[in-house]
Amino acid sequence: MSYNNNLYHNLRVILIISMGWITHTEAAGTGKDILDTQCVSCHAISPKTPQTLKELWERKAPDLSSAGIKYKSEWLTSWLQNPTRIRPAGMFYGNHIKLGEKLDEVDQSSLVKHLQLSNEDATKVTEVLMTFKQNQALITAGDYKPGTISMTMGDMMFDKFKGCLACHQIEPGYGGMSGSEMYTAGNRLQEDYLISFMRNPQAWDPKSIMPNKNLKEIDLQKLVHYLRALAKENDQ
Amino acid sequence: MNASIFMLIFRVLLLILVTDVSAETGKDNYQTYCVQCHGLEGNGKGINVADMSTQPRDHTDAKEMSARTDQELFKVIKEGGQSINKSVLMPPWGSTFSDEEIQDLVKYLHQLCKC
Repeated sequence: MSYNNNLYHNLRVILIISMGWITHTEAAGTGKDILDTQCVSCHAISPKTPQTLKELWERKAPDLSSAGIKYKSEWLTSWLQNPTRIRPAGMFYGNHIKLGEKLDEVDQSSLVKHLQLSNEDATKVTEVLMTFKQNQALITAGDYKPGTISMTMGDMMFDKFKGCLACHQIEPGYGGMSGSEMYTAGNRLQEDYLISFMRNPQAWDPKSIMPNKNLKEIDLQKLVHYLRALAKENDQ
Repeated sequence: MNASIFMLIFRVLLLILVTDVSAETGKDNYQTYCVQCHGLEGNGKGINVADMSTQPRDHTDAKEMSARTDQELFKVIKEGGQSINKSVLMPPWGSTFSDEEIQDLVKYLHQLCKC
């Protein structure tokens, strides 16, 4: 037991030192080098979308092969320097839950922190990620037409009319835990991607835990208006 | 004799080919997609439930579950809660599962409620 504890302690020390080294070493190489050495153990950077449940369960982190048409570059650079958890129950919630007293609970001890990059490395990595455009055929540039929706109507749509709140949080600690947090989505994700993904999640990811709600085009637009407003509100 | 063995092998191969190899089991689909709301034990106590205005069905409740026909269960999985005048929080899964997979899920629900 004490051998295991020592081993565990030593591994932690090595991990912490190596994370510090990664964080503060400015000469880590090009953005591609960083991706190839630091990121690929969890992220797919060439297309590797799960086709079976087994593959879905094994996916540790989002597929980055579409990063350039999915994420906003400013958000990527900023988040990589200060990573926070986007999915409260991890990439696939089924790997991170346990029985609780009243309801099932997230097993926090099973969740792993994301690597933190320096400003220079985050910028370099973002530049490379923004060139990854797998699935571009699913995106129509200009699909999203900027507009507004009142927060009251947006909240009602997200919860009462469309039921999205079942899986997604609209403020920290409020909403479902299995999906990604929605109060940062407007800053995080490109609008045309949001429209495309909500229109047909399975076209992007056949085994996605997000169902196709068969949303009308007008409702897709309204939901993106809402997510943008929600992100602004969350910034304040 | 040789011809009949050949035909047998041919039929077996054909059966393998026409069987939907991408179909997942009812249990695996349940544990991947349903447990988030209906709970690890199928009792309606999933991780998403705390802020819900309507509680998910307890699939271990034999009385409630046996009040539903298989057709209704199939419909609610495929088309969502609103299709049978239930909650919008239950989404339609028709784009996620094949009809065959939904039928397997209905069978799995019978196992859960033991009804």
